[in-house]
Amino acid sequence: MSDPSRSTAPRLARRALRSGSLLVGGLIVAGLLVAALFAPWLAPYAPTRIFPGAEIRPPGSAFLLGTDEVGRDILSRVLHGARVSLGVAIPSVALAVVGGTTVGVSLGYWGGAPDLLAMRLFDILFAFPPILLAIALVAALGPSTVNLVLTIAVLTLPQFAVLARGATLALKPQDFVQAARALGASHARILGLHILPNLAATLAVQASLSLSIVILVEAALSFLGLGTQPPAPSWGGMLSRGRQYMTIAPWLVLAPGLAIMLAVLGFNLLGDAQRDLLDPRRAGARGRSA
Amino acid sequence: MATYVGKRLLLLIPTLLGVSVVAFLLIHLIPGDLVTILLGITAGQNEQTRQALIHALHLDRPLAVQYLLWLGDVLRGDLGHSLVSGFSVRDELARSYPVTLQLALMAMAIALAVGIPLGIFAATRAGRALDASTRVFSLLFISAPAFFIGTVVIIAGARYAPWLPTLGHVSFTESPARSLLTMLPAAASLGLAISAIIARFTRSSMLEVLGQDFVRTARAKGVADGVVVYKHTLRNALIPVVAMAGTQFVYLIGGAVIIEEVFALPGMGRLVVNAIYQRDYTMIQGAVLLLTSAAVLVNLAVDLLYHVIDRRILYA
Repeated sequence: MSDPSRSTAPRLARRALRSGSLLVGGLIVAGLLVAALFAPWLAPYAPTRIFPGAEIRPPGSAFLLGTDEVGRDILSRVLHGARVSLGVAIPSVALAVVGGTTVGVSLGYWGGAPDLLAMRLFDILFAFPPILLAIALVAALGPSTVNLVLTIAVLTLPQFAVLARGATLALKPQDFVQAARALGASHARILGLHILPNLAATLAVQASLSLSIVILVEAALSFLGLGTQPPAPSWGGMLSRGRQYMTIAPWLVLAPGLAIMLAVLGFNLLGDAQRDLLDPRRAGARGRSA
Repeated sequence: MATYVGKRLLLLIPTLLGVSVVAFLLIHLIPGDLVTILLGITAGQNEQTRQALIHALHLDRPLAVQYLLWLGDVLRGDLGHSLVSGFSVRDELARSYPVTLQLALMAMAIALAVGIPLGIFAATRAGRALDASTRVFSLLFISAPAFFIGTVVIIAGARYAPWLPTLGHVSFTESPARSLLTMLPAAASLGLAISAIIARFTRSSMLEVLGQDFVRTARAKGVADGVVVYKHTLRNALIPVVAMAGTQFVYLIGGAVIIEEVFALPGMGRLVVNAIYQRDYTMIQGAVLLLTSAAVLVNLAVDLLYHVIDRRILYA
């Protein structure tokens, strides 16, 4: 299973270098990670520091992106916002990947009644508009970062489960899995050595795309006041409070809004690029057209 | 066909029951003693109101019995009363639902009207400037949250077109033309995000069909370019687009909830958000149940429509 991929590695690398999406997406995501990790050192001021008398300043030399309605530096808040946004998105997607893959691979591998039952359950969960279910769950549990992460993880998990299950079902009858089984390999060995490595790429694509969706969901919940609570600088919350002043001071909403857009765009591009690299047919179609 | 429709309709029952279980359990997820929490919102804490509430919500019965009693009420059209105002949840929902429905339908119409032509242009001019700019447009709008697009629309509207009504609401029954006009900015904000997805999908679907043998045959025997694109290709390419647009409806309903907050529309979103601030749990429950059931039914309708359009699909 690893041999064919090794022989295509140079071709993959060449395609990767040519892919504009990968470059732009990668740069944006790298920038986000840097902002999230080093916000306290990169930001000119503390995100909650109030400059009395400097409320609603337009972008200028002292405050590069201006100040908000209580006199806080918007650039510092947007940079720290990356920390808030990724601080929710990365743990919840990580939980969803681990949980979803475990559930999906087990269902696909062993099948039977639990499989049928779980698939019906997922169908029901997919019927809910995700943002509505997230709103309702967070409203019931109470807004806190932990509840936010858990809710989003639970809502994202079925996508990974369904994906992993389908891929496992496709891998199971293949010769190399059957051969391993005939040779007496244990279930754990087959799952860990033959199934999971072949799932990793597909799951990585979905993880990138899920991150972009989860960033949107976190922003939407914070926008409604159900996400990360103030004074933490969440992009959605900043945008929501800035709306009061948006006609006289549009930078109050433009800065966090563009930050959300950039973050979502970055993970979207990265996911698209990964998918193209994995599926030459798609990349070929684009190559013909681009 | 008939058996397929029958099967899909039968599957509707467990799905809707599942949705009702989730909506029912929602209230029981609230940490702490339910009666105290619910009473904390309403007037008194005395024993009489406490017992009345326990009785009204059947809280003195086992959970499964509670669910069945609640489901019986729901099926009779009784969704309980608001914990805050005491008004019937059903009446409140009936008042706000048409607003959200109108918003979602308008947004979908805009999304299809913008997305499909854009996708066709991009596919027929694949590789040229228009294709590239369509791709950039799609990516930007897919990445922008609808509440941000909406906010920008309001700012731009106030600055460059102050005569345009961006806030407020006129009901459709009162004045259809004015109602459509006042809701246009909100519907456009929501629709543009989805039009980007539809444009991308239409493009790739068109490209796929354009590469097929029967299209090459049609071209080879001298069929005019326009006929090939619109008659041979588009009809086939639109089938998956219809199915995809249907799945977007679920997201559209969720998006409508948030965009209503931006444009101050008195729909389900406003109702849900206010209910959350006031901890009006019966209202939240009713709204979740109604919106999700609507999404399930739309999905079913799209699925059936898909099978009517594409007769090649086996009704397995």
